[in-house]
Amino acid sequence: MALDFSPVWQGWQALATGTLVTVEVTAASLGLGCLLGLLVGMGRLDPRHRIIYGICTAYLTFIRGTPLLVQLFLLFFGLPQFGILLPAFLCGVMGLGIYSGAYISEIVRGSIQSIDRGQMEAARSLGMPYRMAMRKVILPQAFVRMIPPLGNEFIALIKNSALVSLLTIDDVMHQGEKIISVSYRSLEVYLAIALIYLMLTSVTTVFLRRTERTLRAEGRV
Amino acid sequence: MDPAIVEVKGLGKSFGVHQVLRGIDLTVDRSQVVVIIGPSGSGKSTFLRCLNGLETAEEGTVRICGHALVENGRMIDEDRLNLLRADVGMVFQSFNLFPHLTVLDNITLAPRSLGRLSHRQADQEAHAFLAKVGLAEKADVYPGTLSGGQKQRVAIARALAMKPQVMMFDEATSALDPELVGEVLQVIRALAAEGMTMLVVTHEMGFAREVADDVVVMDQGAIIEHGSPGQIFSAPREARTRSFLQAVLAQ
Repeated sequence: MALDFSPVWQGWQALATGTLVTVEVTAASLGLGCLLGLLVGMGRLDPRHRIIYGICTAYLTFIRGTPLLVQLFLLFFGLPQFGILLPAFLCGVMGLGIYSGAYISEIVRGSIQSIDRGQMEAARSLGMPYRMAMRKVILPQAFVRMIPPLGNEFIALIKNSALVSLLTIDDVMHQGEKIISVSYRSLEVYLAIALIYLMLTSVTTVFLRRTERTLRAEGRV
Repeated sequence: MDPAIVEVKGLGKSFGVHQVLRGIDLTVDRSQVVVIIGPSGSGKSTFLRCLNGLETAEEGTVRICGHALVENGRMIDEDRLNLLRADVGMVFQSFNLFPHLTVLDNITLAPRSLGRLSHRQADQEAHAFLAKVGLAEKADVYPGTLSGGQKQRVAIARALAMKPQVMMFDEATSALDPELVGEVLQVIRALAAEGMTMLVVTHEMGFAREVADDVVVMDQGAIIEHGSPGQIFSAPREARTRSFLQAVLAQ
């Protein structure tokens, strides 16, 4: 059977718009994910703060232990039962953000705990309160260590964002499916979509590698 | 009369069932240099760390310049602890410089962040402290480029920048290559000559003998002997002190 890519060419505008939506959804979720990850990661630093630690651990356990698709459907199809009707885009960003936040929180916690204990002790011995020492001494060092694993998380997020097409969001995946529904050219269109995702992840990878190399050259990683 | 700079009474601490400090009494007066020696695991470091709240004392009383840090086995609250910590400079075996900051920022971070000094004042003072430890030209480099001896001298300047009432050295030369020990000891010696009150934990017996006003020997979490350097090194009363000194000096 001959391949026919003409539906892809004819639909390039829709695919381009969809790609833009995919980038938007991913970027917004990454922002939310980083915020949640920072809070939850720091909330899990000290098990002696039982309530905060408990809440954060429950969040982490639930999010990592259930499928992303189910979480997205809970937000999009589940919440309306309580009269909470959120726009699809918001549901997508919240779902992805909450999901990646769980993984990012472990990156945050791991990076902070990888900083030598002596750093906190030196800061405290100079009279700096815990929060100040965390903000000015520990976190700046931990951030540098977070970049490589955060990059992996970012790439996973780009790929996972394809699921939001099921919430009627017009991302590149959804745009592609619309093209398929009128052209019946599944193989060609899915191939094109795969290439678009590959392009997005490759650009991200190159960018991250460059950042890491710069940091390494400065001797900060 | 001024209160003693450091006053410790009946200090005790355990890690689980293991008692690491027991019934420690010690007074350090202004400008006095007290050197603490003893076998490893005798509790010297833990003792120093109890004096600035890095370890929580469980029994006894610690006063810094008359202000309680530990009162009958209870530590004071965080806010007052932070204030008192600024009075107690600490130099660690592993330097613990902040690798993401330049040498200058290492020194100015605490006084600036705590609002003690303006940016400019802090910079000026830091340059002066750097000159004092012989590293005036290193202000703008990162700690990663320094030798161990230089790192430790920066760490001393950083502690001095808080204008502490007492400086504590926790085996400050133990992590250094032998040829770098001298430059750090020289700085400590100069501080002693200026009249800085100091508590020094060290394995450098020659230095201890030279710089100390008082020598304290610790073993198994207790002070077993306390006297002048001449007495401790020439005529130790305790058998355990003798065997420790023999073991160290045999090296």
